[in-house]
Amino acid sequence: MELIYAIIMSAFIGGVAGYIGTLMVTKRMALAGGALGHLTLPGIALALIYGFDVSIGAFLVLVLGIILIWLFEIRTRLPLESLTAVVFASSLAVAFLFLPEEKTVQALIGDISQISITSVIITVIISLIIFLIVRKIFSEMILINISEDLAKVEGINVKKYNLIYLICIALTVALGVRIVGGLLTAALVAIPACTSRNLSKNLFQYSYGGLALGALACIIGVIGYAFTHIPAGLLIILSSTVFFLFSLIVKK
Amino acid sequence: MPKVILEVKNLNVKLNGEEIIRNLSFKVREGEVLVILGPNGAGKTTLLRTLLGLVPYEGEIIWRTKNISYLPPQELVQRKNLPPISVKEFFEFKKVSLEKIKKIIKAVGLDESILKKRFGTLSTGEFQRMIIAWALVKDPSVLLFDEPTAGIDIGGEETIYTLLHKFWKEKKLTILLVTHDLNVVWEHATNVLCLNKKKLCYGSPLKILTPKNLEKLYGVGIKFYKHKG
Repeated sequence: MELIYAIIMSAFIGGVAGYIGTLMVTKRMALAGGALGHLTLPGIALALIYGFDVSIGAFLVLVLGIILIWLFEIRTRLPLESLTAVVFASSLAVAFLFLPEEKTVQALIGDISQISITSVIITVIISLIIFLIVRKIFSEMILINISEDLAKVEGINVKKYNLIYLICIALTVALGVRIVGGLLTAALVAIPACTSRNLSKNLFQYSYGGLALGALACIIGVIGYAFTHIPAGLLIILSSTVFFLFSLIVKK
Repeated sequence: MPKVILEVKNLNVKLNGEEIIRNLSFKVREGEVLVILGPNGAGKTTLLRTLLGLVPYEGEIIWRTKNISYLPPQELVQRKNLPPISVKEFFEFKKVSLEKIKKIIKAVGLDESILKKRFGTLSTGEFQRMIIAWALVKDPSVLLFDEPTAGIDIGGEETIYTLLHKFWKEKKLTILLVTHDLNVVWEHATNVLCLNKKKLCYGSPLKILTPKNLEKLYGVGIKFYKHKG
């Protein structure tokens, strides 16, 4: 039963991460997905020590981190990407100050054992909500990427859309650390999107390809874990990598 | 006289503390083709962007229509490094029927098959026609056009303007056009606005495009021979 819980949960997280990942790759933010994952580590550490859900810990620290980055940007006008480096590296160091050694691996590459039905249901609901929101803003985000001016003339509130998009990324990362840990979230958003890009001819194939590939890698990873007891996080990423390598052969 | 569709009064625009447009006033009437001329850095692109509300400004901009379409200069449209978006998907942003899309694609001289092509694979000429179609698909009453023929060879340039002229006539468009091409001014403009941060001259091409005015605008003597006939 636990295996089925893990498969359902991972498939939803992997799917939505792959889907939003297609936007992140478009906007050259795939690495930000990784940095945000690292940033969550103090939250994961606290969750593991005090026994609450790692995604909750991760999300709270993410919100704090993003607010800090935002405030630093207003104060310094330094590029967001540099400030993200400052904040995530500091956050990582803080996490290791109090992360118990026996929990280190779990925090870094995730853990899908001991999943309750409640957390599965909550994860599925949040994943679906993120998916629906991203689907709603998807084409507008692409138009903003093609030309911000055109998007504005079409009546799109660019700031609002960017904010919604960032919140969705934060939520996705917070869900993602549960299955792949604080270290590997970039792979969850980036690899399925890259694979899909190699294989697709239009936006529809690209975005839903990312979703399908993300979900599939998670399902394979979790099943692989059941047989081998190699951490699921690693197997998920490696299955994704295999898909990617395969797409290189198929790509025209 | 046709009604005034755009009125600009005492417009001042500053970007990062630098003055880009100073105390500019002009009117545009329905059906007019206003060509905005000026050297590089004169504020032409900024003027169009300001008229669209994309740039903060002081002064007054009064539009008497809501149906405005914009074509940014090519360097402000990302064509490469995009996800694999098809032309059809690009048109879906406009939320109009496929029939309408096909009709306008044909009207700009493209084949329907282009809808399946990827955005990034179009040639510059195809792309410009495609984006003109995109701007026109919702039947705008005003078109703001920033150097539509930049990067297109002479033959292509002519057809783009012929095309615009056709739409202007058929659909009674009002067009505001930024260009460097004085030929276009002679053939298509009803009015010219010479801009170099402030208004240097304004009026019909015949009255305005004197060697003296052009020298004032571009800072060097430009010899320009009027077309005969």
